[in-house]
Amino acid sequence: MSTPSATLSQTGHTGAPTVRELTLAQAIREALAEELRRDPTVYIMGEDVAEAGTPFKVLSGLVEEFGPQRIIDSPISEAGITGLGVGAAMTGMRPVVDIMFGDFLGLIMDQLANQAAKVHYMSGGKLKVPLVVRTTLGATRRSAAQHSQSLHAWVSHIPGLKVALPSTPYDAKGLLKTAIRDDNPVVFFEDKMMYQLKGPVPEEEYTIPLGVADVKRAGTDITIVATSSMVQVALVAADNLERLGISAEVVDPRTMFPLDKETLIASAQKTSRAIVVDEGYERYGVTAELAAVIAEGAFYSLDAPVKRMGAMDVPVPFSPVLEDQTVPTPATVTELAKTLCGRA
Amino acid sequence: MTQVQASRPTRKSHSAPAEERERFLSMYRQMVRIRLFEEQVNDLYKTARMPGLAHLYSGEEAVAVGVCATLRRDDYITSTHRGHGHCLAKGASIDRMFAELLGKAPGYCRGKGGSMHIADQDTGNLGANAIVGGSAGIATGAAFASKMRGQDRVAVCFFGDGALGQGLLYEVMNMASLWKLPVIYVCENNLYNEYTHYTETTAGALTERAKAFGIHTDAVDGQDVRAVYAAARQLVDRARGGDGPAFLLCDTYRFYGHHVGDIQRTYYRSKEEEEHWKTQRDPLILLGQWLSAEGIAGESDLEHLRDEARAEVEAGVRFALDAPFPELSEVDQHVYA
Repeated sequence: MSTPSATLSQTGHTGAPTVRELTLAQAIREALAEELRRDPTVYIMGEDVAEAGTPFKVLSGLVEEFGPQRIIDSPISEAGITGLGVGAAMTGMRPVVDIMFGDFLGLIMDQLANQAAKVHYMSGGKLKVPLVVRTTLGATRRSAAQHSQSLHAWVSHIPGLKVALPSTPYDAKGLLKTAIRDDNPVVFFEDKMMYQLKGPVPEEEYTIPLGVADVKRAGTDITIVATSSMVQVALVAADNLERLGISAEVVDPRTMFPLDKETLIASAQKTSRAIVVDEGYERYGVTAELAAVIAEGAFYSLDAPVKRMGAMDVPVPFSPVLEDQTVPTPATVTELAKTLCGRA
Repeated sequence: MTQVQASRPTRKSHSAPAEERERFLSMYRQMVRIRLFEEQVNDLYKTARMPGLAHLYSGEEAVAVGVCATLRRDDYITSTHRGHGHCLAKGASIDRMFAELLGKAPGYCRGKGGSMHIADQDTGNLGANAIVGGSAGIATGAAFASKMRGQDRVAVCFFGDGALGQGLLYEVMNMASLWKLPVIYVCENNLYNEYTHYTETTAGALTERAKAFGIHTDAVDGQDVRAVYAAARQLVDRARGGDGPAFLLCDTYRFYGHHVGDIQRTYYRSKEEEEHWKTQRDPLILLGQWLSAEGIAGESDLEHLRDEARAEVEAGVRFALDAPFPELSEVDQHVYA
């Protein structure tokens, strides 16, 4: 399991890092502020990103420091601001485009999948698109079917895009800084239900490479691969399982692409059982890809089929009693793990 | 239908300044290169030596050449599926263009882009685009970056009448006007969205759409390269000077079909209409007549230019036919930077 100090980049600091508790929102804001200070080609564009600081208040304070020339309120034109971002990225800028809800990916998909993702390849490697699209995922906010989806599978499918899904404040800050410095388009998904989640974040500069999974909790009996919002769910399930005498290992891939297959496979080889938990729709979702990676890579070590848990294959309903059924919970993950371990 | 403006008046003496004479001779040369390039592409298709299809620019040369003649090498353009003319007018070389069309290693994109995706950063070409209207964001973003970085580069977004049906164009025109971005939207109205006349798909007057955003708008005869040049010169200068975006409507015509395989066209346009444009409205004939009338170049001078271009095209296509294909191992290179 990595600790904040374990992945500190070499910036000349010596001695123990100064670690504070930050919320996920604060960690993201800090990452953006640091990169805005570091690189004058970084700018943020989106709806209500300046004085309003977004409806989630993630960006509060940035416009005061960096001004409206770099923290830019846009019209409600998701495709347009993404397209501007692609063009600006191709010509020397490092845009961070704010797409308030992941459900709006439909509005920007041509600019992401047909433009941003393909420019480098189609140009034979001459043009680059160092673009970050920040957006959100996650249900149970009582926001109904068009503001609650987790659609990272859509972009994970497209060669040319990178996809990050941080699950802690520490990961969010380190991954976002890397994403901004990356020369490729990166879609960065934040769980809007986790913005107030607190966690340790060092004051010292650090980055986290894309494509390196993190073992959030070590265990020996079963591997639970979980993404973004589901990592906390898996950790609670692991606590439940521990009380039952089952030792669960929780592995967070942190990025869908690049994907750290080795860590997933090694964990499943060690434990001989694996569940993949993700908040996207289960049907044709990222759980299928992750489960296939484990099934192919750890086949001879497995004592049970790899199981998947995603969101129910229904549009996210509004009524709380209906909505709460649609996503994996610590209870459902615990039950599935027990079954897989022959303890049901 | 918008009003087509008459050509800007030009001096009637034979003493046009040397610079101006050379400019229009150079435009003739450039238009001939594009025309002969496209005829060669058509031949490559018909003789089954080119993979896939191509959308020929023949008949529309005055637009690309007149506009690009006002641009610096470091200014940006974005182009369309019908983009060979834009790429050549912005400075691409004929041999590497052919190589790309044939999927060969020395092509501008190492054969990975093909006819509809030629990009050449050395000449400011941010890429042809096979999504109709798809490059409007890129061109506007390049203009945004230029302004944000305190540069004076302008961006030209070429698109056809079909792109007027795409919402992205209006989103970015709105932002370009709001933020006074140095971008010129050049609409090439060749009358047809693929196989459908634009009047069946496009409501109202075309230029009113840009005017609604408060964008400076002009319209010219797209077959008259001098008119295109004069209008573009003004729009590019004002954009470079910080006066914001512009929209230039150029009325033009594609001599061939939507693509090289579109042979039977009478169900959507008449042979008489095609004949009229080819004989009465050919931008090469029109400029040639003017150059002769002005005493700048006689028929033998123009023939000489055509011979030079023919030789360049022949050498270019030979280069491409002889060039190697990319290594098979290149298939998964350049997916990520």
